Formats: sequence, structure tokens, C-alpha cells
Amino acid sequence: MSDSFPLSQARVGARGVIVQVGDHGDHDEHAIELERRLLEFGLVEGARIEVLHEGGIKRDPIALRVDEAVVALRRREAASLMVRADDAA
Amino acid sequence: MTDAVLHHARIALVGNPNSGKTALFNALTGARQKVANYAGVTVERKEGMIRGASGRTMSVVDLPGTYSLRARSPDEEVTRDVVLGRFAGEASPDVMVAVADATNLRLVLRLILELKAVGRPMVLALNMYDIAERQGLRIDIEGLRAELGVPIVTTVATRKRGLDDLVAAVEAELAAQPASLPSAWTSPDAEGIRAAHREAGRIMRAHVRPPEHPDTLTGRIDSVLLHPVFGLAILLGILFVMFQAVFAWAAPLMDGIEALMAGLGGLVAAALPDNLLRSLIIDGLISGVGSVLVFLPQILILFLFIILLEDFGYMARAAFLMDRIMGGAGLHGRAFIPLLSSFACAIPGIMSTRVIDNKRDRMATILVAPLMTCSARIPVYTLIIGAFIPQQTVGGVFNLQGLVMFGLYAAGIVSALGVSFLIRRVFWRGRVEPFMMQLPAYKAPDIKNVALNLWQRAMIFINRAGRIILPLMVLIWVLSTFPYPPEGATGPAIDYSFAGMIGHAIQPLLAPIGFNWQMSIALVPGMAAREVAVAALGTVYAVGDAESATGVLASTLAAQWSLASGLAFLAWYVFAPQCAPTLGVVKRETNSWKWPIIMFVYMVALAYLAAFVVYQGARAIGWG
Ligand SMILES: Nc1nc2c(ncn2[C@@H]2O[C@H](COP(=O)(O)OP(=O)(O)OP(=O)(O)O)[C@@H](O)[C@H]2O)c(=O)[nH]1
Ligand SMILES: [Mg+2]
Repeated sequence: MSDSFPLSQARVGARGVIVQVGDHGDHDEHAIELERRLLEFGLVEGARIEVLHEGGIKRDPIALRVDEAVVALRRREAASLMVRADDAA
Repeated sequence: MTDAVLHHARIALVGNPNSGKTALFNALTGARQKVANYAGVTVERKEGMIRGASGRTMSVVDLPGTYSLRARSPDEEVTRDVVLGRFAGEASPDVMVAVADATNLRLVLRLILELKAVGRPMVLALNMYDIAERQGLRIDIEGLRAELGVPIVTTVATRKRGLDDLVAAVEAELAAQPASLPSAWTSPDAEGIRAAHREAGRIMRAHVRPPEHPDTLTGRIDSVLLHPVFGLAILLGILFVMFQAVFAWAAPLMDGIEALMAGLGGLVAAALPDNLLRSLIIDGLISGVGSVLVFLPQILILFLFIILLEDFGYMARAAFLMDRIMGGAGLHGRAFIPLLSSFACAIPGIMSTRVIDNKRDRMATILVAPLMTCSARIPVYTLIIGAFIPQQTVGGVFNLQGLVMFGLYAAGIVSALGVSFLIRRVFWRGRVEPFMMQLPAYKAPDIKNVALNLWQRAMIFINRAGRIILPLMVLIWVLSTFPYPPEGATGPAIDYSFAGMIGHAIQPLLAPIGFNWQMSIALVPGMAAREVAVAALGTVYAVGDAESATGVLASTLAAQWSLASGLAFLAWYVFAPQCAPTLGVVKRETNSWKWPIIMFVYMVALAYLAAFVVYQGARAIGWG
């Protein structure tokens, strides 16, 4: 999957499908909790996302369209989400 | 008789944040709980009564919104405990009403699958159906009903549409008396959540067609308001205009109220003989309470701005823009809305920290919330600014008094960030908690909601003036009138009164920060509520000087205090923890006296320090 990348590196305009939430090998309590919260927030494998906005300082946080909702997220948490790009552009 | 007959049936409103649960609750029960366009408005449960078509009365519980029963923060725990019947002496609700934002169904469908495991009868309210219709969203309600196995009604809470259908559906569930199943809910693991999402996704694809005219306006507004560069500038601009407006727009109204009070004093003076009663009414009540009531227009203008921003949907954007800055100070992104609401009053601000799940993040936010300039400081600030800062324009457009006011607010914000930095980066270093937040679609503010909110605010303020300030003013009047000066005394009578004695007794302690004895005495009742200090000054100076009884307090102060003292008084009020109800709420929210005591001590220390530096500094440059 050479065309998938962590969401934390995405720039405004990037679109794609979430292909992996959480690092499945990690059993740290916080990683497990973060994974569940991301999932409950709709950031789940198969969800379509588009990066809409980014903050002024270090481009953080980011605002995403996730299916029909818009959510804000820090890049730090976005690092646990792998996205497969939609547009080859 | 069985319990079911003795007790009212209980209905709980459950759903994702910002889906309109409280709007629905208000529409059903006639209550006036706060409704606003951001997630996390409701942080505690509220109960109200409704009567069904059959005449049966039922109790309705409004709950904080949540994405899952696996509660993480104190507000979500309330929802979980009510739904699962974990509150002592309470069973699960008889019927759950799942309130869904019809335009945003995916997450609530997953929540509904979780709720179904609880095993109570459920009704699904597809709320915000007006927006769904406008967008041309097509929901196959019959199919959805069959799929989920729950009755569905469409509602528009803000227009009171669909309420009768909803109540009828609830009553039908109650009448059906379904066997209550034991709860099969268990906290889902990641795989469980994924499986539920797949199921919700399948239901969505089968029964919901994407909207024909999706909302594009929100995206277009956001590309301006969330712009990486202009976004923050616009946020600052909005705050700046807000404080300018508080001064510029309120002035004529305030003059009107002041004239009214003076006229009232004049009438009483003409009607009553010169005796103690007349002094009590004019010096104690009219000068004291009137000096606080004058600030009503300013407080309403401030609230008007905050309510409009909340209703429009800007609050979540402001939190987005401020996240990095707050994070630099060690505060959680979700702390922004509690801190912004503290501009109105620290008490709702502190309560809304319940949306923050990490205990230390929450505690840090609670501790700094009272540093945000609350509306009770407006009377103090305005009085002193009006007395000492000339009314002039700088740079062609800015009102100097408005600028100073903005500076005082900025001082509050900067010190809040500084203190939280100390707490979270020095004392309590720890991991940074995740920040995730929905950005709701913008909505045109609802005029009725805005007007109602403003009205409530005005009533709270006037009530406070009546219930807290009025009795304190009578007390201050007594203290500053008795005992009478001895025969042949030369100084003003008030010097010999109890107030004079107390003021003179504590004044040496406050001399290094430039407070005279009148200011010192005003601080004592001012511990109960900040604006009382203004009323107390009004009474102390009115009793002390018959001439100014109906005159304007600001000009008296300008004549009696040095500029350095006036500025020191302002600096004191940026920090001083002079609000008993705030300390009480901190005690309640943290369940210990430790935190209110820490808060009190650190704020008094900061206040003294700030006033000292300002007073000595101002004297050094010749403003003494
Ligand atoms: N157009 C429209 N707006 C609605 C409707 N119901 C609620 N709203 C608006 O939606 C926003 C959220 O409403 P609330 O009642 O505060 O939502 P809540 O579910 O109680 O939110 P939390 O307490 O944060 O969980 C407010 O701006 C309401 O005015 C509706 O049926 N139609
Ligand atoms: Mg609510």
C-alpha cells in the first residue's frame, strides 16, 4: 500500500479513505483508549475523509470532513489514522 | 399498588451532542434550559414534567450528549448512569428517546445499536427534520423503523413540530408494557465498535440517500473564519468589537438609568423629611443598588455577543483557532469554551469543564476560569475607567476607555494562560490528551432564543441586585451611619462610624497597594460579589458627603483618589477571588475544600502583587 499515508501528514485538499485506525501492535493503555475514541467519533476504517482546514500555527489542528460530518482533530491524534489517497493527483 | 402506578413513567432524552435534546426538552416541558450550537452545552441532567394525550403525566430527563455509553468525562458519566439505572434508587428510564440530528445519522445509529442492548423500550426522534428537508435528504423512515425495530417520529424542536407524535409514540411504548429485559450492555472493545459501525454503515446505505443540496455555506464561511492567518485576526477582531461595543453602545442607556436614579433620589428627598429613613433610602438603597443597576446595559451587550456567537456556531471554531495557543499554556483544547463562557460568569464556565475528561486538565481549567473577566467585574472596571481614563479617541477610531477595558480583559486572559502554564507544565506535567470536536453547521441565530436568553440574564442580574446587593447595602449603610460622631467632632461623620473604624483598621494592610480606607471597607462586602464593591463605594461616599448623595460616583472618586490608587484598584480586581458563589461551585465540582482554598489563596496573592506593582510603578512615574 504505497499510496497510503498517516493523516497527520495530510495537507488541505487531501482526500481519501481511512484504511487503518490505531497501530494494531500497540497494547499501551492510552493507545487502546485513543483507538476506541477515534472509532466512536466516526474515524473508522472505510470512512471517507477530506482535509478542509488547518490551523495557523504549525498547521495544527486540522478540520476534516468525515462522511457527512466535520470534525477537528490534532495532528498528533491524526498520526494513528492511515489514509489511502483517492485522487492520484 | 405497584411502583409503576405510584411513580411517574420516566423518559430519558439520549443522543449525540448538539442533536437538539435540550431544544426538544424545552419544547416538551416549557423549561428554559440553555440551548446553543456547539457540542457539550448540557453537562448535567435536568428533569421536567409532561402530560400525554391520555392525561398521564410523565417525567422527562434531558441528558448531556455522548457518542457512546462508554463514558469518558463527568458529563458523559451522568448519561451512562441514568441510562443504565446506576444512580442510587433509580431504575433505567421506562422509555428512551434517542434524539438524532437527521442530517448526521451515522454516529447516532451506532449509539442506538449500543442503546438497544440496554433492553429498554426506545423511540427514535429524527430531529432537525427541517434542515434535512431543506437539504433534500431522503430518509426511508419505514425501512429504518423495520430495520431498527423502534418507532420513529420526525421533529423540529425549535418550531415545536412533531411533539404530539413523539409523546404519542412514547405513550404507546409505555402502554405496550414490554417485558423489561435485563441489560445486556457491556463496554465495547475496538472490534465491537468497528462491527457496530459496519452495521450502521449498512443501514445508512440501505435507507438514507445523500442530500440533493448539501450545505455548502458552512464550508464557505469556514474558509474565511478558519483561515490560517485571518482566522485568528478575525477572532481577535470580534472580541475587540465586543468590548468597544460594551462601552460605546451602552453609554446612552446608562446615562438614562443614571438620570432615573438621580430623579428617584430627588423625589424621595423632596417627599421625606431629613431623617434616618430618608438617608437609608437615598444613601443606602438608591446610591448603592442604583450604582450597580446602571451596568445592566453593558452586561446585556456582552451577553448579546456571546449568545449570538454560540447560536451561530462560532464557539467550536474559536476553540479550533485557539487550540495551539491554549496547548502552549498546557490547557486542553476543550478548555476554550468553558473559559470563554467565563467572560459571562465563572460559574457556568466552571460547570462546563465537565466535558474535559482528564482530571488534571479539568482542574487546571477550573483554577484559571475565574481569571477570565466575568460580567460582575464590568461595574468595577467601568466605574474606575470612567473616573480616571479620559473619554477620548486614539488613532482616529479607538475609544481610549474601550482600549483600557480591552487591556484589562487581555490581562485576565494572559494571566490565565500563565497560571495554567505553571500548573500543567511545571507542577503537573503529564501526557497531552486527545482533542476531538465536531464543528457544527452554522445556523442563523434564533431571535426568540436570543431574546429569551437576554431576558433571563437581565433577570438574574436584577435578582442579584435585589437579593445579595440590597441587604448588604442596608448593612453598609448601618455600618457607615452608626455610631454618630461625638459632640464637637471636626472630621466627617463617617470617620467615626463602624465602617470608618473597620476601614481604618484594615487600611494599613492595604496602604502599600494604595488603597484608602473607603476602598478597604468596600472590599469587605465585595468578597461576596464583585459588583458589591461599587455599591459599597456608592453608599460610603454618599453617607460621607451629603453633597454627592445624588451626584455621580465617578466624579467623586476622580476627586478623591489618586490615579495610582485607581489603577491599583483595577489591577486588584483583575485577580481578586471576590465571589463566594464561585468558590462554592469549585467546592461542589471538586468535592473538597482543598481546591477553593488553593484558588482563594493564589488569587489574593496575585491581586496584592499586581496592585502593589501598579501602585508603586504609577507613583514612581508621578501619577501618585
Ligand atoms: N433548525 C433546527 N435547529 C435545531 C433543532 N433542534 C435544535 N436545533 C438547534 O441545534 C442546536 C443544538 O441544540 P441543543 O438543544 O443545545 O442540543 P443538545 O443535543 O442539547 O446538545 P448538548 O447539550 O451539547 O448535547 C441549537 O442551536 C438549536 O437551536 C431543529 O429541530 N431544527
Ligand atoms: Mg443539551
